[in-house]
Amino acid sequence: MIHSPYVRKPVSVQRTMGLVLLALVPGIVAHALVIGAGVLVNLAISTITAVAAEALMLHLRKRPVGIAVADLSAVVTAWLVTLCFPPIVPWWLTVCAVLVAIVAVKHLYGGLGQNPFNPAMIAYCSMIVAFPALMSQWPPAGHLSFDTQLSLILGGPRDIDGITGATALDALRTGLRSGTQTVDTVLKGSAFGALGGRGWEWVSIGYVAGGLFLLAMRIITWHMPVAFIGVLAAISGLFWLVDPAGFASPLFHLASGGAMLAAFFIVTDPVSGATTPRGKLLFAGGIALIAWLIRNFGAYPEGIAFGVLLMNMCVPLLDMKTQPRVFGHRHDIEGGGK
Amino acid sequence: MFTAILVMAGIAIVLGLTLGYAAIRFKVEGDPLVEKIDAILPQTQCGQCGFPGCKPYAEAIANGEADINQCPPGGEEGVRKLADLLGREFKPLSEEHGVEKPKSIAVIDEQVCIGCTLCIQACPVDAIVGAAKQMHTVVEPLCTGCELCVAPCPVDCIAMVPVAETVQTWKWKYPVVEIRKAA
Amino acid sequence: MIGRLFKFHGGIKPDAHKNESSGGAIRKAPLPARLVVPLRQSARAGAACIVAVGQRVLKGERIGEPEGFLGTGVHAPTSGTVAAIASCPMAHPSGLETPCVVIEPDGEDRWIEHAPFDYRAASRDEALAWLRDCGIVGLGGATFPSHVKLGRGSGIETLILNGAECEPWITCDDRLMRERAVDILAGANILRELIGARELVVGVEDNKPEAVAAMQAAAVGTPTRVVAVPALYPAGGEKQLIRVLTGVEIPYGKLGGDYGVRCFNVGTAHAVYRAFIHGEPLISRIVTLTGNCETPGNWEVAIGTPVADLLALARPKADTDRILMGGPMMGFAMPRLDVPVVKGTNCIISASPRLFPPAPPEQPCIRCTECAKACPVELQPFELYWHSRSKNFGKAQEYHLFDCIECGCCTYVCPAHIPLVDYFRFSKSEIWAREREKTAADQARERFEFRNFRQEREKAEKAAKLAAKAAETRAKLAEAGTAEAPAAADAPAAEDPKKALIAAALARAKAQKAEIQPQNTDNLSPQTQAEIADIEARRKVLEAVAATPAPQAAEAAAAPDEPRS
Ligand code: SF4
Ligand code: SF4
Ligand code: SF4
Ligand code: SF4
Repeated sequence: MIHSPYVRKPVSVQRTMGLVLLALVPGIVAHALVIGAGVLVNLAISTITAVAAEALMLHLRKRPVGIAVADLSAVVTAWLVTLCFPPIVPWWLTVCAVLVAIVAVKHLYGGLGQNPFNPAMIAYCSMIVAFPALMSQWPPAGHLSFDTQLSLILGGPRDIDGITGATALDALRTGLRSGTQTVDTVLKGSAFGALGGRGWEWVSIGYVAGGLFLLAMRIITWHMPVAFIGVLAAISGLFWLVDPAGFASPLFHLASGGAMLAAFFIVTDPVSGATTPRGKLLFAGGIALIAWLIRNFGAYPEGIAFGVLLMNMCVPLLDMKTQPRVFGHRHDIEGGGK
Repeated sequence: MFTAILVMAGIAIVLGLTLGYAAIRFKVEGDPLVEKIDAILPQTQCGQCGFPGCKPYAEAIANGEADINQCPPGGEEGVRKLADLLGREFKPLSEEHGVEKPKSIAVIDEQVCIGCTLCIQACPVDAIVGAAKQMHTVVEPLCTGCELCVAPCPVDCIAMVPVAETVQTWKWKYPVVEIRKAA
Repeated sequence: MIGRLFKFHGGIKPDAHKNESSGGAIRKAPLPARLVVPLRQSARAGAACIVAVGQRVLKGERIGEPEGFLGTGVHAPTSGTVAAIASCPMAHPSGLETPCVVIEPDGEDRWIEHAPFDYRAASRDEALAWLRDCGIVGLGGATFPSHVKLGRGSGIETLILNGAECEPWITCDDRLMRERAVDILAGANILRELIGARELVVGVEDNKPEAVAAMQAAAVGTPTRVVAVPALYPAGGEKQLIRVLTGVEIPYGKLGGDYGVRCFNVGTAHAVYRAFIHGEPLISRIVTLTGNCETPGNWEVAIGTPVADLLALARPKADTDRILMGGPMMGFAMPRLDVPVVKGTNCIISASPRLFPPAPPEQPCIRCTECAKACPVELQPFELYWHSRSKNFGKAQEYHLFDCIECGCCTYVCPAHIPLVDYFRFSKSEIWAREREKTAADQARERFEFRNFRQEREKAEKAAKLAAKAAETRAKLAEAGTAEAPAAADAPAAEDPKKALIAAALARAKAQKAEIQPQNTDNLSPQTQAEIADIEARRKVLEAVAATPAPQAAEAAAAPDEPRS
């Protein structure tokens, strides 16, 4: 017997995930045009791997394969993994990363909706720990021909210094650590553009456009992007005002690395993120804070991934402590669990 | 290197102390185990477990003298709860103690009753009223369905009648989950 | 406070589908061949039958006497003969049966004598009793008795009249307001006086401009405010409407009385008007017949009309696969069609797979919080779902499961197509069942322990008595000089006669089983025995005549016992 309600809104997980993919397109186009088309090859590799891994895992777990693959969640994960990797990583690295994300993080925890950690971020962290060199070879914008990129991706010989450079964040960090340079002198280097890494501004703008689209479609709420961007800007701005020579400007931080990708697509992952309005603010704000700390004082140039994972761990607590006030319960701040 | 070890050790000590303090400070003054077990038992007081009532069975479980799967009225769910409470492995109800049945209550055929009072003495919860040589009757809401009064009745006038579902006791069913492929 | 409207969280905007049935005027439904009037009008309230099979009843004659705190009167919807008093399926998702009075109309539709009730001349209690006896309950669907809802008659500032009708498809209140606005306001003002409220506010969703206009026209020159509230499901939920109109939020488990507001449905106000001004009990209501049918519309239907008879008026199309009672958001599919229309039946929808496609299969929750965004009570449905699904009911309650009004908004928006409300209904009824079990278990434990205590005490008393007696005997014996008389011998002696008695009873019972007649006539006084013989003789005669001698036999048996004990 089917019970009420007998009418449903025409929505589905597939539609949600499809819109997320659509929203990633402007960023990807900018990426392919400005940095190089290699990213498209890696996207294809990761998509195929993800779908295959998803189907295999569903089959092993005796779940209906068709409907769950069609929900596109694996494709979203695959794209996010690829987009936060350097676009010229060898194919097997992408495959490994996607397998980690889909098999270990998603399905071993019980499949869609059950994973406490962001799959893409676990993939990123495990790869940067395992293959630090490969994971920090970013091609300068428009520097490599598509053929070179393709050969690198297919595992061709890597003449590291000749073809790749450090990212803006990396260069800044090494520069400042050497003790001889200030922010200004570092930023004069060839890796830097008007705001952050040269060329990457355009990619960031693409992501912002996609993010605004998601906001307009009500797939994500404003809480997470606003808190993430706000906290990152606030804390970097504070230190920059105090010591402009030792700390980069907020604009630099926002335009560098995967900040915009994170703000709209990674932090907002619904499954592993906080769910209450206040929880979302704290969650995204916390990530921004940790990311900034790691960028400035940590061992890795980019800290968003670690921030996401650390905050993922706090999600149950955040959710529990920020339960919204239920209709009519005026002073019920404690909310849910005790 | 040495500093790192010191720091780690220091952190460990501090955390250990905090935990230890918390364990004492926030200790839950729980009911004694017997009470907790007794709270799970259905209080049918039927004795099918081999003990004269739920409390004695609870005591036996607490003392390790009885297994957790001997109470048929509690059913599988009861065993599961006991297993949870005691941190033991779940096991199906033991056959020798009986099987789970739908809840019933005793009804005395008042035409046949001779008023011998034997059922009153058998009833563990005083749910039967009547006096010597008077017709007896079961107070429905008090009857636990233990069946203990059935056997003693010399004229076999007590029957166990399953409790019918009413609008007040009707329950919504667990929604059908369609995710899992039929195995 | 003029005109200021408040908002509640969430809400959804499903397709309204009001136009199908709102066009035509209310028509009177023909009387069916049999009316099935349930004595129980809701899960909580019932009535005691006061008619007998074969009895002639007049229209409006009381056939059920209110029972209990929440009971209200039940009346014959037309004149006719009581054909049966039997269990019939009730308008409830369970399809369980309930005692009903089946009336065969005689076609005359003759009223019992009735007169208006002057509530101003009577005391407030009398007026409330009149409402109860007229069987007035909330017609919005919950069928809560109005006389109970009117409460103490103090502390209420604002009386709200609920004409929001936010559920899709339903238009019965809309039509009623368009056609009988004056009567509704008259009834509402009686309610306002009875409850002692200062102001009367009518809330109507703004997708019913004609109803708003009609109500406003009827309210011209009175202090009554008719407010068009934004159409947003579930704005017609009592607490949601109170929130929208006054800003007051009433938590779960509380009635508006503590907050100075009360809310009645427009249909209820109309029934109140009929009850006081015309002296008519509640025997009919407006029902919307709509959905996948040829002739949708609104009908004035006698309570007790079987749904199957009504459907003939709407003529469902061939591909109709289910019939829903109530709206599509909170109604239910009827398990069978001989269910009668009851006081809470506002709508009957013919459903087809085209209009109400079956929900796609359930997928895992992705925690997208769409449901939380839509929930008018600001719950976190996915958390509730998580705990309900794993039957972790304690946790579900901590997340305020019981605040859920089962409006269905969360299920409506869920992209994973999870039937969230079904889980919540399941959890709630499971928790209630457990509470019942727990109360029963606690009571059993207490009684068991008391019995053990009593047995111990009796044993102790007996032992003490025995010891005293033994000592006494011993003393006596010692006095008499006789040697050792074992005191312990007393006990078996005491047991033995008991056993003998039981044996005797057994023998008697055997005889009794053969012919169900108490024969425990030994050791009675000759006089009583003569009496019994007399009775016996009479019974023999009776047995020959009547088929049911048993009750008399039991009485006869009980009588001679009395002087003995
Ligand atoms: S078997 Fe009967 S007496 Fe024993 S614990 Fe269960 S209900 Fe109580
Ligand atoms: S045991 Fe049987 S005969 Fe005796 S009092 Fe009870 S019901 Fe009556
Ligand atoms: S709307 Fe559905 S999928 Fe989204 S959080 Fe709620 S239950 Fe989960
Ligand atoms: S059914 Fe309950 S949980 Fe769902 S939206 Fe309505 S009130 Fe909220």
